Amino acid sequence: MLGDAAPPPETPLVLVGREGRRREILAADAAAQRAGLRIGMAASKAQALVRDLVMRDAEPDADLAALDRLALWALRRYSPIVAANPPDGLVIEATGATHLHGGETAMLADMVARLKAAGLSARAAMADTWGAAHALARFAAQPTLVVPAGESAAAIMSLPIAALRLPATTVDSLRRLGLDHIGDLERTPRAPLALRFGSDIGRRLDQAMRRLSEPIDPIRPAEIAEVRRQFPEPISAAETIARYIAKLVSELCILLEARGQGARRLDLLCHRVDARMVAVRVGTALPVRDARRLTRLLTDKIETIDPGFGIELMRLAATIAEPLDAKQIISDLAAPPEADISDLIDTLSNRIGGERLYRIVPLQSDVPERSVARASPASPDAGASWSGSWPRPVRLLASPEPIETVALLPDHPPVTFVWRGMRRRVRRADGPERIFEEWWRSDAELDAVRDYFRVEDEQGERFWIYRAGDGEHGETGSQRWYLHGIFG
Amino acid sequence: MSTSAPRSVVSELQARIARLEGRTAQQRAVLPFGVAAIDRVLPEGGLLRGALHEVAGGGNGAVDGAAAALFAAGVAARSGGKVLWCVTRMDLFAPALAQAGLAPGRVVYVECGDEKALLACFEEGLRHPGLGAVVAEVSRLSMTASRRLQLAAEASGTLGLAVRRWRRQTEAADFGMPTAATTRWRVSALPSAPLPVPGVGRPRWLLELIRSRAGERADFVVEACDDQGRLALPSNLADGQGAKDVGRRRASA
Repeated sequence: MLGDAAPPPETPLVLVGREGRRREILAADAAAQRAGLRIGMAASKAQALVRDLVMRDAEPDADLAALDRLALWALRRYSPIVAANPPDGLVIEATGATHLHGGETAMLADMVARLKAAGLSARAAMADTWGAAHALARFAAQPTLVVPAGESAAAIMSLPIAALRLPATTVDSLRRLGLDHIGDLERTPRAPLALRFGSDIGRRLDQAMRRLSEPIDPIRPAEIAEVRRQFPEPISAAETIARYIAKLVSELCILLEARGQGARRLDLLCHRVDARMVAVRVGTALPVRDARRLTRLLTDKIETIDPGFGIELMRLAATIAEPLDAKQIISDLAAPPEADISDLIDTLSNRIGGERLYRIVPLQSDVPERSVARASPASPDAGASWSGSWPRPVRLLASPEPIETVALLPDHPPVTFVWRGMRRRVRRADGPERIFEEWWRSDAELDAVRDYFRVEDEQGERFWIYRAGDGEHGETGSQRWYLHGIFG
Repeated sequence: MSTSAPRSVVSELQARIARLEGRTAQQRAVLPFGVAAIDRVLPEGGLLRGALHEVAGGGNGAVDGAAAALFAAGVAARSGGKVLWCVTRMDLFAPALAQAGLAPGRVVYVECGDEKALLACFEEGLRHPGLGAVVAEVSRLSMTASRRLQLAAEASGTLGLAVRRWRRQTEAADFGMPTAATTRWRVSALPSAPLPVPGVGRPRWLLELIRSRAGERADFVVEACDDQGRLALPSNLADGQGAKDVGRRRASA
């Protein structure tokens, strides 16, 4: 329910469904919970309790489909191994995927913020195992939590047993036995529990504690082009892996050609004999269908594939593919064609991260540090450059450093200045170049000005210094001097 | 070598050396400075494309690398074509590079986290034949690393410029260690060209060619890059004046 069809947020809303023979509440929003409605309450009782209660039928199938769409979004955005974890979760294998999003904490924060922007409140946790992450996300994350590697087992000890993905009836019975926390369960002898409740408890506990592996079966919707190759004998040599990568890529390229698409993102999954998975993800700035180039990108990452005892299945999918049509090359006899460096950009950005590669484009601003912006290297070149003929320093300090100066007159550059403990006598100077700060940004910049001077010391070293203020009026700045850049 | 050796033997030996080096003289593309005095000193008549060249700043320039970066920008600007500029930490101010003739649309910056990644990116860039020049700001450059870079540049014909830059001035002694670079330059700031009125004139540099494969070392006083990245000889020095002044500076350096 979105748009006009949605009831106002202050109206209590519940979803009802059939549980056995009675209709009961399956989900309640915050307003409904404030009104005293609880999950599991009979629908008729809820109607009697709350006036103007909005009741809708639960649609578990539609919920599952929506969760799959969310998983697909996470697959494209975060990691090659993502699966829906019904009814309300996603599980993401983050190994090797975090560095592209600025680290583990930043990745989770980004995820929660993006979901929130889409109107979904989410909590996220990162831990060593699926089980531990599941428990921590639901019972400890506020709204995100990153548990350092190796500390997950200790972190879940104090969580309630309901965090363990056990049936509700089992959790109830355990609580009646006086077992509330996962730690209690861990300290209880295993055999009597297994006798009474079956092997579920032990299995879930072992999965959370990493004593039992739990592979994630990644979603691969039908619209994603995927090729796979099963090996009768597990492979592990780097050369063999490279050879099969090349074969898979050429198969995938044929598939993409039939669809008129080029790959923007390739995910290679290697299933190992020990039921673990290793994933390699590469991206390109523009859609590519050149088998040689895509193979190069993947084989570049071969050292990150740990084959363990061998790889028995390799799957290669183009998780992001975009239309790619044949393009006519405009031939120009007068000028040599512009060299294409997009393959180099792809290679480098897969190696060190796409945000570390950029062009610098001019922005319309007189304030030096605001006159430059970063742009994607694949973005079209507008041919713009900076206007103005005042010389600019080749090195700009990240933040202007205060200097001590001796100046004769307000309008003049200093006679000497001390920077980083070294006194320099100014022999020549150019300026002032007055730069007005941008009053539309904040009140503090309303009257602020900077007077820039290019000064040269006795050795011939040239610096860019400025006075915050015009030298006369206090409202224009502190009248202190700063060094902002170094000329060549 | 005896001067009486027949000329043909010498030229044959030179040809054999060129063959051993894996290329013939005709294949060597050269980027001249356009300043006759400098081009005359370099054996190929300019900076060899498909080779690694080193530039460092003198004095404080070893730390800030400002003049060295501008020198590299001028060479890259004249190389024509796209430029890959690898840094570990970004403190370049692109408008200054644009003023040296390197338009912002031509440069792709790579911000590598550490020196190891930087050298890998540098080499990857040098292997790409589509670039005009690759510039990397690097502090440590071992013989092995520079040899790899030189071979990568030779294979693709791309001009490689290593701007050597150190965290502390004491580390600049590293610049004395041998590398496989074809030429090695040091650029130090000199007082700018005198003007008839108060003000800073066109910047001048002391440009030292410290090492040049199969060539001599030499010093020049030059005027810094103009808006096309070209160097120039100061007019008063072109007449031979002021040479004494330069000599004194070098003796005190």
